[in-house]
Amino acid sequence: MQFISDNSDLLWSAWLTTLSLAVASGVCALVLGTVLAGMRVSPVPPLRGLATFYVEVFRNTPLTVVFFFLFFGLVYVDLQFPSRFTTAVAALSLYTASFVSEALRSGINAVPPGQAEAARALGLGFGQTLRTVVLPQAFRTVVPPLGNVWIALAKNTSIAAGFAVTDLTAALQRLANLNADQLLAVFAAVVLGYLVITLPSAWLIRVVENRVAIVR
Amino acid sequence: MRMSRSAATLGALGLVLAGCSSEAGQQAEESASNTPSVATDVQFQPGTTMAELHDAGTITVGTKFDQPGFGLLNPQTQTPEGFDVEIAKIVAGELGIAPEDITWTETVSANREPFIQNGQVDIVVATYTINDTRKQVVDFAGPYYIAGQDIMVAKGNPEGIEGPDDLAGKTVCSVEGSTPAQNIRDNYPQANLVTYDVYSKCADDLTNGNVQAVTTDNVILTGLVAGNPEGFELVGNPFTEEPYGIGLAKGDTEFRAFINDALEQSFEDGTWAAAWDRTAGVITGEQAPEPPTVDRY
Repeated sequence: MQFISDNSDLLWSAWLTTLSLAVASGVCALVLGTVLAGMRVSPVPPLRGLATFYVEVFRNTPLTVVFFFLFFGLVYVDLQFPSRFTTAVAALSLYTASFVSEALRSGINAVPPGQAEAARALGLGFGQTLRTVVLPQAFRTVVPPLGNVWIALAKNTSIAAGFAVTDLTAALQRLANLNADQLLAVFAAVVLGYLVITLPSAWLIRVVENRVAIVR
Repeated sequence: MRMSRSAATLGALGLVLAGCSSEAGQQAEESASNTPSVATDVQFQPGTTMAELHDAGTITVGTKFDQPGFGLLNPQTQTPEGFDVEIAKIVAGELGIAPEDITWTETVSANREPFIQNGQVDIVVATYTINDTRKQVVDFAGPYYIAGQDIMVAKGNPEGIEGPDDLAGKTVCSVEGSTPAQNIRDNYPQANLVTYDVYSKCADDLTNGNVQAVTTDNVILTGLVAGNPEGFELVGNPFTEEPYGIGLAKGDTEFRAFINDALEQSFEDGTWAAAWDRTAGVITGEQAPEPPTVDRY
């Protein structure tokens, strides 16, 4: 316990970094993923093709490779993010958006076709139908898979430790080497840090799922 | 047609493989010609670690597999090569164990202590800096080499960095969890420290200008400079002392004394310098330094 309190500053700031990485990337990925899902069901073929291309590229590329490209590849085309933290958020968001998009697309496909037909009969355009009729119902059915994506994202933030972001995993590397005699305490503290994020998330996902479930 | 083409491919592949294996065989022969001598007629007090290892005829050594010049895995022979590896062979030789009977285990910075404590390795020779925290859980023989923290900069040293004090306000790169990174944090807080998980990423960032310097033990930096002499140069002004020791189980005083004897003998009879010349010395291009003084604490 003495050890934990000695390093509380580092552990606390590392935990905050992990949390803000996850939350910032989660929000960006949700927005981008929703746009992509809309593009994939749109009546415009180039939009569908573009979104399919994006999803297949990022879903099938290892996250570490995405990180590597954003950190060390972009400079060769003269592009640069303002900080290493934003680069990490960008990598996590771009990658996770493809999974959000696929989860959401399955939800859109689960909305009975009669809903969209009825909306069109009322004179709503594609965008209006998607925003006001289809997506609200789609989101309700994909709470569990989106929850999976979120928890995976929270743990994927650890890749940033290898790219100059001092998150919980980076703190683990630092403390493990400095405190050879306290390895178990270091591990326990870091695992606890992740659990504090993921376990309440799992609980919250269940609550939301039950509340918004469509009773058919 | 299809069949014959794939048959031709297979044949070509076979040729390539044959080429590889004969090359590997040659290398193995070359390295065998200058390995340390193996003691043949040795007696140890029964019950000691030395007697156990001698009777078993094998020793498990933890070393790094990714450190050019010290411990780097040769993918063809599947055995590590480097100065640490040669030191381990000297110790094994004194126990009457031939180099080919040594079992090599990869150890990284974070698992060296647990591997010794759990008995997964008998000794660790892995650019292992002796310090007091580590001495609480393991014992150290040696040191067998004194490294020092140094700075690597872009070729021509455009920022004019001559020492750690010049790092103030500059961005300097190291590896998370390493002793040099902590030293910068503790003693040069005005430097803007960036930490990756491996030094190759630091080198990438130095190349593209995101960082102005890379800092760690000079021997590691020398390996990086050797990999890209057109892009990097070493400042060459070590500002710490990192004594590399051989880690072993805590409390095994007899074994520690035995390894220290073996090291001192290799310092005197020149096998230590010869080991340096054919491993790390090839990379640094410098003569073997004066051997350090063994610390029998």
